[in-house]
Amino acid sequence: MESVRFSSVDARSVQYWLLLGALALTALVGYLAAHHMDVEGHHITGMNNQVVWGFPHVVAVFLIVAASGSLNVASISSVFGKIDYKPLARLSGLLAIALLVGGLIILVLDLGRPDRLIVAMTVYNFKSIFAWNIFLYIGFIVVTFVYLWMMMERKMNRFVKPAGFIAFIWRLILTTGTGSIFGFLVARQAYDAAIMAPLFIIMSFAFGLAVFLLVLQASYAGTGRPLGDAILRKLKILLGIFVAAVLYFVLAYHLTNLYATEHHGVEHFVLIGGGVYTFLFWFVQVFAGCVVPLVLIFIKPFSQSRHMVSVASLLVIVGGMAQLYVIIIGGQAYPLVLFPGMEESSSFFDGVVAQYAPSIFEILLGAGGICLALAIVTVGIAVLEFLPESLSDKALKLESATT
Amino acid sequence: MRYTFDTSEVDSGRRGFTLGVAALGGLSVAPGIFLYHSASAKPADQPVSNKQRWGMLVNTNVCQEDCSACVTACNEENGLWSLGRPATDAQWIRKLNVKDRQTGHVTSLPMMCQHCEHPPCVDVCPTKASFRREDGIVLVNKHTCIGCRYCMMACPYKARSFIHEPLYEQLPHSPRGKGCVESCTLCVHKVDRGDNNTACAEACAKDGHEALVFGDLNDPHSEISRLLEKHGGSQIRADLGLNTGVRYQGI
Repeated sequence: MESVRFSSVDARSVQYWLLLGALALTALVGYLAAHHMDVEGHHITGMNNQVVWGFPHVVAVFLIVAASGSLNVASISSVFGKIDYKPLARLSGLLAIALLVGGLIILVLDLGRPDRLIVAMTVYNFKSIFAWNIFLYIGFIVVTFVYLWMMMERKMNRFVKPAGFIAFIWRLILTTGTGSIFGFLVARQAYDAAIMAPLFIIMSFAFGLAVFLLVLQASYAGTGRPLGDAILRKLKILLGIFVAAVLYFVLAYHLTNLYATEHHGVEHFVLIGGGVYTFLFWFVQVFAGCVVPLVLIFIKPFSQSRHMVSVASLLVIVGGMAQLYVIIIGGQAYPLVLFPGMEESSSFFDGVVAQYAPSIFEILLGAGGICLALAIVTVGIAVLEFLPESLSDKALKLESATT
Repeated sequence: MRYTFDTSEVDSGRRGFTLGVAALGGLSVAPGIFLYHSASAKPADQPVSNKQRWGMLVNTNVCQEDCSACVTACNEENGLWSLGRPATDAQWIRKLNVKDRQTGHVTSLPMMCQHCEHPPCVDVCPTKASFRREDGIVLVNKHTCIGCRYCMMACPYKARSFIHEPLYEQLPHSPRGKGCVESCTLCVHKVDRGDNNTACAEACAKDGHEALVFGDLNDPHSEISRLLEKHGGSQIRADLGLNTGVRYQGI
């Protein structure tokens, strides 16, 4: 492994500054959109008293879930001893921190009172999984920083394995916490399920790796560094396994719900009669986000094309966003059942499917968070030595021969 | 020596002084009268205790489908008004019609915060802004609510509203604010000053329906306890085991 040379990317090119400028500008526009929401109040968004968490939450939860998942590449090398992944571990750690920061910024800016962040940081109700998550998120950033330090500082290399182990356990707990935000909601038909925690963990494996693959390919293409087929193939197959696992968990969740009559209403809503949610579930989440990527990854001739790895990764990300949209917004749009088996009606939208469409401000805030995360990565790889100079088959083979 | 008084000219300085003293006296006595009044419930410097558990009984048998006096009274009492945006307007109490699909029977009832003994909103609130008083009233601390809306996700009764816009001309006893979550306070300001009733229950009684009875569930001699003992009462979503402070008859 000593033979792998890491170096920072050259930040003097026009393309680099154009990329960083575009990302920073979008992040700034996202912030301004959030500021406008803060001044005017949330009535200018698509959110209301029925759908209280909207599109910003979809993007934020996606980024947080993907953050923990993108650290998997590092975990595979340090915890599970797969030496071939070791050159990718640094980028994996950087991406994990960047995605988490992007997601958290969105969550904070979408609060009704973002100016009271200090309250959230100083007063804790330890029965609330939200309060636990504040610790888990901040802890994840600290743990991953330390892990990166152990990786990048030669004198500390001997501590990589324990640091990686702690980071791996931490990330599993973190995603359990994220899934439990929904799993612990006892009253909602679409939530209140223990499977939410493991479902979110496997979603994080898939989404995080998909984001990692795209960032890896983009950064190597952008810097002209060689990226060999061998390492891409390994990552691609891993992505395929994770996507299949997500599909399995989704199947288990819906089959369990379908068996219980009390859940037939919400299942009918998602699977058949939910309009945009049904479309997103079948066509975007399941077909475009799972089935098509599996075909592209495992079936010839698609599986022989490098470009298909990017396409599959992009589709997994789009499918993942759709999945979270269905879970988070679809779960709220389906009316709360106060009297099981009865028809309810009121001036407060009881018994009817809630209307929601994201406003431009929410979309800009979401895009801003994504671009902030990518901007952090863009700055990171130029400032410190995160990227190996070569990930060509030859370099990696040479390396496995010497280690 | 004979003194003469010029009665045609009023000594305005002395009159002003006299009026001032009278006004000051009145101002200093008035709070005393007010304090004396509230002392009949609980002295203001005393914390609430769990000796009481305030609750509400709703008799749906006499609740009229076309009546929303309780809603109007709540809105007036707490300074809630519609901004013409039903999806984001706050509603602390609403009239809910429940229709049995099998029989077609319709029950009309008011729905509001159920003031649970084990409130999910309090469980999930990260900053302890949602809290339950010792006397059973579930409230939101508007100073520490960060507007995360997790309580709204957790409430099984859809009892909470998020304030989606800046508010003006609020009532001093009912502070509200943009970006915070709020819900029925069981007219806590009235309870604390010893009214021993809520605006909704008063309005219902005034209209002659008397479908709402407010009172102390811990006091076996209170009207609410006697009615519950005699006729029983059920909880909405009793399966969740939240032990609600609001009970219903006729559902």
